[in-house]
Amino acid sequence: MTWEPRPVPDVTPETEPYWTAAGDGELLVRKCHDCGLVYHYPRSLCPDCFSEAVEWCETSGHGEIYSYSVARTMSGWPDEDLPLVLAYVELEAGPRIMSIVDADPSAVEIGTHVAVRFVDAADSTIAVPVFVPVTD
Amino acid sequence: MTATEPVSIAGAFEHPTREAPDKSTMQLHAEVAKGALEDAGLEKRDVDGYFTAGVPEYETGLSPLVMADYLGLDPSYTDTTDFGGSSYVAHVGHAASAIRDGRCDVALVTLAGRPRSRGQATGSGARELRTFQDSFERVYGATNVTMYGMAAQRHMHEYGTTSEQLAEIRVAASHHAQYNEHAMYREPVSVDDVVDSRMVADPLHLLDCCVVSDGGGALVVVSEDVRSKLDRDCVELLGFGEAIGHHDAGRIDVTTTAADRSGSRAFAEAGLGPEHVEYASIYDSFTVTVLEAIEDLGFCEKGEGGPFVEGGTLQAPDGDLPFNTDGGGLCSNHPANRGGMTKVIEAVRQLRREANPEVQVDADVALAHGTGGSLGTRHGAATVVLGREDR
Ligand SMILES: [Zn+2]
Repeated sequence: MTWEPRPVPDVTPETEPYWTAAGDGELLVRKCHDCGLVYHYPRSLCPDCFSEAVEWCETSGHGEIYSYSVARTMSGWPDEDLPLVLAYVELEAGPRIMSIVDADPSAVEIGTHVAVRFVDAADSTIAVPVFVPVTD
Repeated sequence: MTATEPVSIAGAFEHPTREAPDKSTMQLHAEVAKGALEDAGLEKRDVDGYFTAGVPEYETGLSPLVMADYLGLDPSYTDTTDFGGSSYVAHVGHAASAIRDGRCDVALVTLAGRPRSRGQATGSGARELRTFQDSFERVYGATNVTMYGMAAQRHMHEYGTTSEQLAEIRVAASHHAQYNEHAMYREPVSVDDVVDSRMVADPLHLLDCCVVSDGGGALVVVSEDVRSKLDRDCVELLGFGEAIGHHDAGRIDVTTTAADRSGSRAFAEAGLGPEHVEYASIYDSFTVTVLEAIEDLGFCEKGEGGPFVEGGTLQAPDGDLPFNTDGGGLCSNHPANRGGMTKVIEAVRQLRREANPEVQVDADVALAHGTGGSLGTRHGAATVVLGREDR
């Protein structure tokens, strides 16, 4: 499965560790030392208390489906990816993260347990996290 | 914070076209501006405030300059607030503030766009990455319709809402659209028609989605001094509120919208509550957009929107909460993917007794509510409570 012609993320100095960690097989979130918030997407200031004392944390890469939808048709997207299951995954680490569940739509429900996988981007030093269903 | 000086909507005009292959967006802006000023009984030279969210083709913050130049305006006050389709409801509130501050007396608000003629895939098209957040969202192929689909899916999960209940919203809109000669889709549909239509993004079917139309609309908001000199029924702005809903660092709740705050702010300013609203224009990009807004505006308890919309509640003229009597974005018009404008216009028509006769409601108090952006990520909400001047 090739990534192109799907879009690749815009990697900025603020987000580069997230994407390169994904290239190394790790899903990171941000944690604030001052108020304890664990958050996503990455930002250099805590979005609850504006503290700069924030750090990257590794996650288990596990979570469950908070909600999902299945794109049956979609212009500007590779046909071989359809139907495409878009979802919010609630990570064990806390935040809800938008992603794709790489599975047959019939295997996906709210509450389905999933684990992260990584799809290489065109720039092979980074990767994009997606999820697949797992059995407990 | 009380609204003291009365502020009124004196002019409202909806462009009759739904497809404008041979016109420019600026031309449509000019046509709706002229229409709304004529409706108010005012001249272009009376305009000293100008409000627009811009020209969609340009995707530039400079488009208000482009438009003021094209229209030949000399405003002393300009506002280009843009949070998608709710912007034009917000502009009414912002115009009122500017008028009460003495910054202008005649505020012109214009919207126009040509997504249909430009072949824009508005709901189900993948999009290039443009915002910072797109790298975490659109990179996955998130489209507008899948993001609203996630909202509907979760609402169904938490509250037992059904596809048939969502379909009731389209059924009511289509019932109204049959009387609107300008509506894109005038054929009344049944609940079965909606749930049997093609699935676009689970659980949303084709008929859960709004139309893609060209066109536009304009409003003229005036001070009490100007209103008192007009030979025209005007509609008074009783209350306004706005709010933003977003991803909230990963705590997003897709079953609730910022209408809970924009609505309560508007009702507080008006000194009224949802029980006083006799007609409601509610932004209907998708059926689920309406369902969640109805709950968040306080017309029913959270989670009870499904049962609430059953049994013709939304159908004019006899339902308890007649809504979108022009056919709404679902059936009539969603100009430039920004239906907030048409929401205000139809509320004004209702209060001035200018709605299509078959759906005219005897309302003294109406509400118009806009939802812009996407329930699945970030959205703006803006609510106005409007009243007849002789109520
Ligand atoms: Zn913090």
